[in-house]
Amino acid sequence: MSEPALAVDDLRLAYVVRGRSLEVLRDVSLRIEPGESYGLVGESGCGKSTAAYAAIRYLPPNARILGGSVRLAGRDVLAMGTADLRHLRAETVSMVYQDPGQALNPTIKVGPQLIEAFTVLGLQPDEAAHRARDTLAKVQIADPELVLNRYPHQLSGGMQQRVVIAMALACDPTLLILDEPTTGLDATVEAEVLQLVRDLRIEYGTAVLFISHDLGAIRSMCDRVGVLYAGKLVEEGPADEVFDEPAHPYSVGLLRCLPRHGSRKGAQRLESIPGFLPEPGADLPTCVFVDRCPLVDDVCRTEVPEWTMFDDRSVRCHHVDKVPAIVHAELPAGVEVVIDRSTPPVLELKSVSKTFHQHGKKVQALRDVSLSLYAGETVGLVGESGSGKTTLAHTVLGLHPPDEPDTIYCDGQPLVATARRRADDQVRAIQIVFQNPDSALNRRHSVRRIMSRTLRKLAGIPRSEVEPKLRDVVSSVRLTEQHLDMRPSQLSGGLKQRVAIGRAFAGEPRIVVCDEPTSALDVSVQAAILNLLADLQREEATSYLFISHDLRVVRYLSDRIAVLYLGRIMELGPAERVFDGPHHPYTEALLSAAPSVEGNSRPRISLEGEIPSAVNPPSGCVFHTRCPRRLDGDMCSTIEPPLTPTPDGGVIRCHIPFDQLSRAGE
Amino acid sequence: MTAVEIQTPGAKAVRREFWSQLLRSKTFIVGMAILAFWVLCVVFPDLVATHDPTAQDPLAKWVRPFNDGHLFGTDRFGRDVFSRAIYGAREILIVAPAATVLGTGLGVILGLTMGYLGGIVDDVVSRLIEALISLPVILVALLALTSLSAGRLTIIGVIGFLFAPLVARTVRAAVLEERNLEYVRAAELRSENAFYVMFIEILPNVFGPIIVEFTVRLGYAVFTMAGLAFIGFGSQPGSPDWGRTIFDERISLLSDVWWPSLVPALALASLVVAINLVADALEGVIDR
Repeated sequence: MSEPALAVDDLRLAYVVRGRSLEVLRDVSLRIEPGESYGLVGESGCGKSTAAYAAIRYLPPNARILGGSVRLAGRDVLAMGTADLRHLRAETVSMVYQDPGQALNPTIKVGPQLIEAFTVLGLQPDEAAHRARDTLAKVQIADPELVLNRYPHQLSGGMQQRVVIAMALACDPTLLILDEPTTGLDATVEAEVLQLVRDLRIEYGTAVLFISHDLGAIRSMCDRVGVLYAGKLVEEGPADEVFDEPAHPYSVGLLRCLPRHGSRKGAQRLESIPGFLPEPGADLPTCVFVDRCPLVDDVCRTEVPEWTMFDDRSVRCHHVDKVPAIVHAELPAGVEVVIDRSTPPVLELKSVSKTFHQHGKKVQALRDVSLSLYAGETVGLVGESGSGKTTLAHTVLGLHPPDEPDTIYCDGQPLVATARRRADDQVRAIQIVFQNPDSALNRRHSVRRIMSRTLRKLAGIPRSEVEPKLRDVVSSVRLTEQHLDMRPSQLSGGLKQRVAIGRAFAGEPRIVVCDEPTSALDVSVQAAILNLLADLQREEATSYLFISHDLRVVRYLSDRIAVLYLGRIMELGPAERVFDGPHHPYTEALLSAAPSVEGNSRPRISLEGEIPSAVNPPSGCVFHTRCPRRLDGDMCSTIEPPLTPTPDGGVIRCHIPFDQLSRAGE
Repeated sequence: MTAVEIQTPGAKAVRREFWSQLLRSKTFIVGMAILAFWVLCVVFPDLVATHDPTAQDPLAKWVRPFNDGHLFGTDRFGRDVFSRAIYGAREILIVAPAATVLGTGLGVILGLTMGYLGGIVDDVVSRLIEALISLPVILVALLALTSLSAGRLTIIGVIGFLFAPLVARTVRAAVLEERNLEYVRAAELRSENAFYVMFIEILPNVFGPIIVEFTVRLGYAVFTMAGLAFIGFGSQPGSPDWGRTIFDERISLLSDVWWPSLVPALALASLVVAINLVADALEGVIDR
């Protein structure tokens, strides 16, 4: 058998921080055969990226390799000199990072950048230019000539990532390392990029090391996976088997955190892994997962678990036999709340439009959006980036005014266009939980200050009475009083988001806009935050306008879903119907793009091209340019379909009759 | 789940890390040592000086350095050069920081307003600032000192006024980055007024660049003051002020007597260098 593409043996690596050596990789061993695709999963801070960078010895200066070996295509990476290492990185291995915008030089056109990737290999300029064009065609860029003459910022995120992949493939690498390559991209684009990598891997026979927090993407991409926890590999095996029958308690926990099988807040709470990931460098003499494991006993605390092998898999656990029997944590079943739609809605949008003026051009970010939100209800907003989700949320919040005044009503009263001019009760009625808790909390203010200011400002509580109320707020978001005197930098991402949620709820709002509240968090933390949001909603009968690109999350929390495309509502209806069909062709494509952890993914419907520019939207049905079910004739391209009511009280914007919109192929 | 654990590192640890990084920086230590020496000279000049700085001795004029108990010799009136340099620190080390505090204060207010409010306010004030910055400092100072009174307060006012636009530019740039962060949105969504958002929410987050700018400006203030004193403003003839002394004693250079003017010049240089060393060190440590 030939040399493995990558062989890491007992690698131990530490970062030296202030004179202390913090171990971040503990005896990691893994092997990737030529042409194989290997996925690394684990929460952030587990050492996934460090492991990948160690494979090419591309490490920060404070990293120390304490032991073990790394062999890339049979060559010892750790023993190489600088010049050899540079050749190795140029010729046998390539990396693709998360943000393609930062991987490309913004001041140089794509052409010269891509051609350079070939000339460093020793090709003549004209030969290199020729190869560059070929490679662009390989990454399915329809018009290579056009792309070569563009600057990176003139390309969309998906196109940029294709260019980066083209550069990575220039040297026909033995190993391609993909570090969260699709994290910043839309689901539809992500699906395209993943498919591209899958195709190219087969064509080039490249081995792939794939790192992602998206378990669905890993499953759809990888032959084998390794589960990393606190710098230690705890389970390894064929991807399908590990995901279907996880054999380590950590893998079990990680998978159960995800809302699966269309689960809903009313039916079931989500499981989360109790406790926290150990600090880097923590002293973990026995099993690394011992503090958070449901199966823990005395053996786990005293003896280091060795690999248990069976079939093609290996697991580092003393109790492999008990793992399949891990009971679902005692989950208080969710409580189904019946939403009363006979009362007037809390929030009503009546044909809201929002036009931005940019460089003399009109950009219509929202067009005639009508939507009602009832007490205790969640409406999920989905759509690709550029579809108007965030604009809609910001317009409701009063961060920018709608085109026409008095189109948004809160409790039957017209909502003043900008937040600054709103009366106190309107201000406190609508609050927001932002996507990124790092920037949403003032890093110089303590939690106490953030909370008490909000209480005084929004709930109108006098200074002297803030203290007891503070305790209520903190305990309502499952924090304790000791968190009050901390600054945001002292809290983990999940705790920060709890503070942000507490702040949003301090004034007892009627409506909370959740703008991707869990997308910056790990799955285990995400589960806890979603549970919290569901609990608070039930207790306070708050309505949510919930934005997320993660459709599983949207489905879990939403009662109704609004699908937006180019600022227009394409479809609005009960969550189950929108997800299970019959649904709009656009919804169908969005749903099929999301990789599923369960593996039984629907046949993927690919959307051609990118979301069109809102400056110049397509005529007729705005979706006709990409629609896989476009009707023959020119009806779709000339007549804009009206919003047609559906039997379940929703609306849909399509020329195809509702009863014919059931799933493709059915 | 009620998972509650204290996470490291604490605010205290962050602060400790800041100081330990500073104290490990040689530029900071050297700069601070020199500064501390001059501050000592301002507070307790009699501890450092060996003679009365005004005592004249017609019998011992132009004594060369290291002679007759005069460390750096005497000047044309027989006054001790070293002691005069020590006493000369006082004026500059009171007026320069006062002027810089004034300039930084004004600049912070301006910069915050421009950066946060943006729009027409920003456009108009920016143009005004550009116009102000293009004026030569010494010229404006001269104009003010001759048309107003020539006192200490005028100097503080003039230097402060001229530094404010420079500080404002730095602060504005920092504020522009902060104002797009979501904590500012959150404050606006609980209808905080602009004053609160600027001074309570944003200001603490732009402290780093302000401190760096303050130290840089302090160096320039010292320089400007010495320049003014040299052309005869801001101190009385015969005072031990450095700029003044350099001016008064420069004639002696023609008679090959270099020490009465070189010593205050070196003192001035050491102070400016020290301030810049500290500014450098701070800039390296303060994370933006």
